[in-house]
Amino acid sequence: MTGSARRIWGLMFRHLALYRRSWPRLLELVYWPILGICIWGFTTRFLAGRMGAGAAVAISGLMGGVLLWEVCLRSQMGMAVSFLEELWSRNLGHVFVSPLRPWELVTALIGMSFIRMLIGVVPAIVLAWGLYAFNLFALGPVLVLFLINLMVMGWWVALGVVSLVLRHGAGAEPLAWSVLFGMMPFSAVYYPISVLPMAVRPIALVLPSSHVFEGMRGVLSENTIHWRELGWAFGLNVVWLSLATALFAWQFREARVRGALLSIGE
Amino acid sequence: MNGIANHVIEVQGLTKRYGDILAVDDLSFFAPVGGTVGLLGGNGAGKTTTIAMLLGLLLPTAGSICVLGHDMLRDRFAALARMNFSSPYVSLPQRLTVRENLRVYGHLYNVRDTDRRIAQLADELDLGDLLDRPAGQLSAGQKTRVALAKSLINRPELLLLDEPTASLDPDTGDLVRTWLERYRAETGCAILLASHNMAEVERLCSHVLMLKKGRVVDRGSPQDLLDRYGRDDLEEVFLDIARDRRTGSTQPAAVA
Repeated sequence: MTGSARRIWGLMFRHLALYRRSWPRLLELVYWPILGICIWGFTTRFLAGRMGAGAAVAISGLMGGVLLWEVCLRSQMGMAVSFLEELWSRNLGHVFVSPLRPWELVTALIGMSFIRMLIGVVPAIVLAWGLYAFNLFALGPVLVLFLINLMVMGWWVALGVVSLVLRHGAGAEPLAWSVLFGMMPFSAVYYPISVLPMAVRPIALVLPSSHVFEGMRGVLSENTIHWRELGWAFGLNVVWLSLATALFAWQFREARVRGALLSIGE
Repeated sequence: MNGIANHVIEVQGLTKRYGDILAVDDLSFFAPVGGTVGLLGGNGAGKTTTIAMLLGLLLPTAGSICVLGHDMLRDRFAALARMNFSSPYVSLPQRLTVRENLRVYGHLYNVRDTDRRIAQLADELDLGDLLDRPAGQLSAGQKTRVALAKSLINRPELLLLDEPTASLDPDTGDLVRTWLERYRAETGCAILLASHNMAEVERLCSHVLMLKKGRVVDRGSPQDLLDRYGRDDLEEVFLDIARDRRTGSTQPAAVA
């Protein structure tokens, strides 16, 4: 392994060792996605009984929305909470005086985010298939592109949260759990953008997630891949990720000016 | 003061200002290879701020820092790989075992054959029985020994220690000091030590910087300071300076 690869693995090993020794943390990873899919699964089953044959697409859209949103949410929380774990263990001082570069730190956090997302979402996907006969993979190979876009969105939101924690200390940590929920109404997870009032549609249109979910509904209802929506999602992710990276770099430097890396806290 | 190759630390005109507060004011010093430099001063004197700037955790307002031949403002990672740090105020992850913690830092410092290095440190610091215990279940003395092992995992050429024996009983404190002396003698490692323990500073340090309100108010070897102030121990010298009771009768030495 090269020096960078070893340092990235070192930080990931620290988090994997933590999960090995803390079953409540592992349980928490799978608890919310499974709870979500159970609630929505029974809801859609109830609705399917009341609605006509045309309800199938809407119901698939709901189930697909639940699972894909979990991918975005778990990616964001996986990255932000992994950073917060360093804060909670008062270990940041040691991490930042090691030769670990900031980009290596971010890469390790992304790696942990991916692992945490898999641990949380895979059981929910299996449950949706087993209990409600909803097969997410029926979306076809384009599913991979949807997943990539939603994970990247989770990462840039998390990078923004980490930047705010660097700026405002542990007082900003509730954002790790709440910020993406604030974006959910505009992400067109369960309904098309056209349902939204005109005044808030611009907000939806600048979020990559809304284009992914519009694309998902296109595949489910028309069996057509809307490449334009995917293009928008990729393009917006590039812009937001660049902005979040610049914000992180700026706040990291500011934290070094203020001495916050050693004393970061409330 | 021209930097020369055998200086591990070269600090010139180092200043840190937080708004109206001047935390470190125009600090200059060298630390020689194999030497131990002590930073002495009361609370708020600027010791921890100075160490944070040497580690690259804190950007100075003015001045330059060269560590192991690297400019810390432009090339800090090259130096960080060859130095290390220990402080009782910075923890290791509590749920991880001692072995896992040391393995993490072995990876972060790119240590070859980490397991062998951990076994070696466990032997030298008497950590054998602690390796598979979570760090959070250790006593203060055991945690200090583990923190010391972490700071030595990469065989550092420069060790920055912030109150390394704070909250230790005399026996454990003496064990740590003895071990530091041995490590320095065997490896030629330089040590920068911030401490409130005057006996520790007298025993370990070849040079002492007396800080007050961010400024160096006196400097020299412990014996120089004792002679200059006409005192029997550094604690009395410390009190003379802290309470402005008297000043040294000769000019401070230029180096360290």
